[in-house]
Amino acid sequence: MLTDVLTVVLSLAGCAFFLAGTLGLLRFPDVFTRLHALTKADNLGLGLVVAGLALQADSWAIVGKLLLIWLLVMLAGASVANLVSRRALDKGLPVWKR
Amino acid sequence: METMTGLTGLFDVFLSAGLLWLAWQALASTDLFRAIVLFISFGLLMALAWARLGAPDIALAEAAIGAGLTGALLLSALARLPRDVPAGDAGCRTAFVVRVLAWLATMGLASTLAWVVFHLQPVAPGPGNAVIEQLEASGVGNPVTAVLLNFRGYDTLLEMAVLLLALLGVWSLGVEAEQQVTGADPVLDGLARLLLPLLILVAAYLLWVGAHAPGGAFQAGSVLGAAGVLLLLAGWRLRAAMSSAWMRAVLVAGPAAFVAMAVTTLLIEGRLLEFPQAQAGMLIFVLEACATLSIGATLAALYLGGIPQAEDDA
Amino acid sequence: MTLYYQVLALFLLVNLGAGLWRVLRGPTAADRMLAAQLFGTTAVAILVLLAQAERLAALRDIALVFALLAAVTAVSFVRRTWSEVKPDAD
Repeated sequence: MLTDVLTVVLSLAGCAFFLAGTLGLLRFPDVFTRLHALTKADNLGLGLVVAGLALQADSWAIVGKLLLIWLLVMLAGASVANLVSRRALDKGLPVWKR
Repeated sequence: METMTGLTGLFDVFLSAGLLWLAWQALASTDLFRAIVLFISFGLLMALAWARLGAPDIALAEAAIGAGLTGALLLSALARLPRDVPAGDAGCRTAFVVRVLAWLATMGLASTLAWVVFHLQPVAPGPGNAVIEQLEASGVGNPVTAVLLNFRGYDTLLEMAVLLLALLGVWSLGVEAEQQVTGADPVLDGLARLLLPLLILVAAYLLWVGAHAPGGAFQAGSVLGAAGVLLLLAGWRLRAAMSSAWMRAVLVAGPAAFVAMAVTTLLIEGRLLEFPQAQAGMLIFVLEACATLSIGATLAALYLGGIPQAEDDA
Repeated sequence: MTLYYQVLALFLLVNLGAGLWRVLRGPTAADRMLAAQLFGTTAVAILVLLAQAERLAALRDIALVFALLAAVTAVSFVRRTWSEVKPDAD
């Protein structure tokens, strides 16, 4: 019962972060801020969802697989964010200043 | 129970609507890059659709090919187009009559398909039951692998040959285009080094798991092909290896293994690709392993778009 | 619980649909590529949820493949397309 409640809370929080990430993607003023919203919020959201589901897993192998998925998404997200933003800076894309 | 089917139905409706909308936007987009990104997203949603349709094997292949290879291929092709290609002509020169005829033909085809679908039997008698019955005799536990590698192994032999032919077709276009040299990138290099062993491991896992769960040679080969593409993008000097005799041996290994198996079974059993029941599982695994290597090498070589040319040692 | 997972999966799918707007708008090529990255991550989350809801372990394998290859398209974009084509105005 407790695990179910925890799962619900964690995955709900994860989806809230996904929503935040999408809002950031849609509303932030330039490429860099959008990249920031995407990488941080979405990966954290996925982490919370994975944590919630890991509590429900039948075996440790599944927990391991879920963790691996999350780590890989973070690795890909961080590297891509770095590559895209550096290239954007080189190209001289406008940076939003308040 | 009602809410559950309602929710899954709603999910499917959204998914289908998204697929249709993406397809329309990708075709109607005047900007090529936007069209490509929309097409890649279409591939992602397609993998979800296959998963929802209860076809995880196809979803795996679609994920590997759509997420990894298609995007890289299209973007690479876009980079090679001359820059002053017009963004897409509005087609206003096409005669009105031609457009009306095309519309009529398409609507005719769509209505015929809809009529046929509505008149299909709800539960079509197909070979599914026969496959399940004979599954134990096939040597594997996964019905898809059993069909692909055992019951319809002949089709897979032809598919391997088709892949090889496709590569030969691409190679017949000549040497690959001039490679522009982009600078070394430590982040990309680190990423490639971290991902490569994982990609190989996952490919091996997919190959092994294909015997009793969704997976198999095509999926594993696609992951390997994507690994090759990643290495090429990261600037690894693979072209000398790719134009060597070893590469050609690997490319041919898959079809050759199938042909060898076919000839052997023909000579011993008198029937094409009929495996002896005791060794069927092992033989299928050997065939799949060769096929995985071939498919991976073929897909990576396809990405180059021409005969690989060894880089200068500058 | 299954119902709950399906609700979340539906929510994430709608989320994904909202990101489509960014693909259309741009304005730079990077924005469109970012939206495609969003789709990848969201698809991973949806697959993982559905794997639990429908008890299909294969969906986790699909999510694993997605996670591994998510980077390849974006890397191809940065190294090939973006080195050639100038950032296109909409």
